[in-house]
Amino acid sequence: MIAQIWRPVLVAFAVITLAMGAIACDDDDDPEVTGGGNTPAAGETPSGNGNGGEGGRILEQVRSRGELVCGVNDAVPGFGSVDAQGEFTGFDVDYCKAVAAAVLGDANAVQYVPLTAEARLTALQTGQVDVLIRNTTWTVSRDAQSGLAFTTTTFYDGQGIMVRTADGFSTIDDLASATVCVLQGTTTELNLADRLPTSTPLPFEENETLQAAFVEERCDAWTSDKSQLAARRSAYPADAGGPESLVILEETFSKEPLGPLTVDNDSQWFDIVNWTVIGTMLAEEFEITSETVEAAAGAPETIDIARLLGVPFEGEAAFDPGLGIDADFMQAVLAAVGNYGEIYERNITPIGIERDGTLNAQWTDGGLIYGPPFR
Amino acid sequence: MPLVLWRDARVQRIAVQALVLAIVAIIGWFLVDNLISELDRTGLQAMPFVEVSGSFPFVDFSEDFLSQRAGFGIGETSFGVDYTPNNSYADAFRAGLANTFRVAVLGIVLATAIGLLAGVSRLSKNWLVSHLAEAYVETFRNVPLLVQLIFWYTAVALRLPTITDTMDLLGVMLVSNRGVAVAWGEPQDGFRLWLLLLGGAMVIALVVRAALVRWQDASGTPRYPWWGAFGVFAAIGAITFFATGQPLEFQRPVLEGRAYAGGAQLSPEFVALLVGLVLYTGAFIAEVVRGSILAIPRGQDEAAAAVGLKAMQRLRFVILPQALRIMVPPLTNQYLNLMKNSSLAVAVAFPDVFQVTRVTINQTGQAVPMIVLVMATYLTISLAISAVMNLAYNRGLRGGR
Repeated sequence: MIAQIWRPVLVAFAVITLAMGAIACDDDDDPEVTGGGNTPAAGETPSGNGNGGEGGRILEQVRSRGELVCGVNDAVPGFGSVDAQGEFTGFDVDYCKAVAAAVLGDANAVQYVPLTAEARLTALQTGQVDVLIRNTTWTVSRDAQSGLAFTTTTFYDGQGIMVRTADGFSTIDDLASATVCVLQGTTTELNLADRLPTSTPLPFEENETLQAAFVEERCDAWTSDKSQLAARRSAYPADAGGPESLVILEETFSKEPLGPLTVDNDSQWFDIVNWTVIGTMLAEEFEITSETVEAAAGAPETIDIARLLGVPFEGEAAFDPGLGIDADFMQAVLAAVGNYGEIYERNITPIGIERDGTLNAQWTDGGLIYGPPFR
Repeated sequence: MPLVLWRDARVQRIAVQALVLAIVAIIGWFLVDNLISELDRTGLQAMPFVEVSGSFPFVDFSEDFLSQRAGFGIGETSFGVDYTPNNSYADAFRAGLANTFRVAVLGIVLATAIGLLAGVSRLSKNWLVSHLAEAYVETFRNVPLLVQLIFWYTAVALRLPTITDTMDLLGVMLVSNRGVAVAWGEPQDGFRLWLLLLGGAMVIALVVRAALVRWQDASGTPRYPWWGAFGVFAAIGAITFFATGQPLEFQRPVLEGRAYAGGAQLSPEFVALLVGLVLYTGAFIAEVVRGSILAIPRGQDEAAAAVGLKAMQRLRFVILPQALRIMVPPLTNQYLNLMKNSSLAVAVAFPDVFQVTRVTINQTGQAVPMIVLVMATYLTISLAISAVMNLAYNRGLRGGR
């Protein structure tokens, strides 16, 4: 009897062991590069911050594949969504294109992998995607514990709450005993528990199911980053009352700096993504757009512009930042997607989020968009 | 002993087994070693530090990420589990586990009832009854469960009236898309004493039943032992209820603001998940029941008819007891399926153990230990269900055929 009960335990244990191995094996699914620098002995690299010296693995993978695999959102208009033609579009999607342009010289060499909020970090950790650009909040625990590294913030957001105008809630404190719909596995889920500990959270895996529940008044309020709320509000179905039937309450109760992230143990790859982002910010500061980039590269006005675009300036040789990609990679990036301001204009402005006077303005205009020197 | 050792059949058998074991061990070692070095490289943890302890659910997580503050809320809990965002990840896991238990236990009971009814009905000579049962079985077992769950949640549960237009059914039941609240007995002082007395009443009732059975066997005329036992139980229960000062207070649910107060409350997420699981699994159980009954030789039914038993009696005393023996192993399968399928709760926002696990993975990044933990949890529950069913089968149901 006992033996009969224990036999399946042993069998199952063996299976679990195999499954665990399979999880780890996911990491090197590209046989061409398994040989090259893929398996450093454990402990050789101090895991932690960027400059470990190791790297090149992901860059090599992307090059041999000829395509960047980018983890994105497909359900937040303005940031990452699929348009009527079936194309991925949005602010975050444009940064995928920027990285592809920087590394491969072709902004369209991107394979988009739509990820749920909840699956995204695992997808990046296991190497299913090369880079995750999917409105993800930079927090210390994600940075320290998850084996991930955040690049420069591309969008400064904050959490808010959206309610139906007809329900008459005017401040967040009115919602103390309310049911609040929230996306599962987000920082907003944690902030909600801090800000409204007595409310009942209703966590959904998908924005679509969440919206269905909100439309049917299963919950009183919808909490998320304010940019996302604005995006969902702008696309709120007319038969449910349209955008005018909803109001986003004034209070912002969290910091949500959103940006791209990579794995922690490939500092070269991290630097490429980070400086591509910074390059778009600097280009805006130097007033180089997708239209003027070619002229600027031919005759750069200042040494800073010459360095950014990787071209010679007044007898000085072209500056190579040493990222392991072409020195003039920013030309391809800017030609494809334009500078930070253009990316913002194209994607965020249409969903009704003004840029002037917010944290997302250039530092010269009192915002926080500030590119470190490119030299 | 033959002269050449390697020609000995016993030696060959042992050698083959040793070889297979060695291959499995080498592959296993390679995979685990690879896993651990990869996790080391990314600074992640391989296993949760689990200690077996005496308290429910018998595991203890100490000195681990699981003992840190979870920080996320869980919408509903079961069996009086107390959880707030200030509790640890381990507590969140336990709360999720309790929710899984609630839906699995209720689901197994209800699916068995529906399956039995539909399975017997399909064999009915009544055209309408048998075809209704057939239509039910064919519809529900041929549509994927996930689709059914989404249907029950978005197309049924969410489409109920909003809380401001709550449906009031005779004051005992309130229905809206915030959930269902049913009037329910609220335990008062003396409730435990009454429960204890009820236990005693049950023992007395069983003694009465045994006496009636003996009397029935001796006299040869029916004495209805179950009815007698039930009567005794109900009478003692009623007397002690008043003697202990009415320890259950009947409470009607009321609408307070945007929530219900009082009574038993079921969330739409729970109801959608339960209904989906019960109807889906019930259809499979119906087929198990039908197959088991058809497996009983026709002669059994004819013989029972020949000694003068009526149709219900033939089913109760001759067919079902034999069919039950055939039914148990495939029924175990269906119970396991129901329990495992409850992990689809994620689709309808019900916080079961898998949903909590996924949130924990997302907040901590500790994917491997959490997946190992949740796999081990499901495995344990599955083996427990199998063990109970095997025990029942070996003890009383196997018999000789």
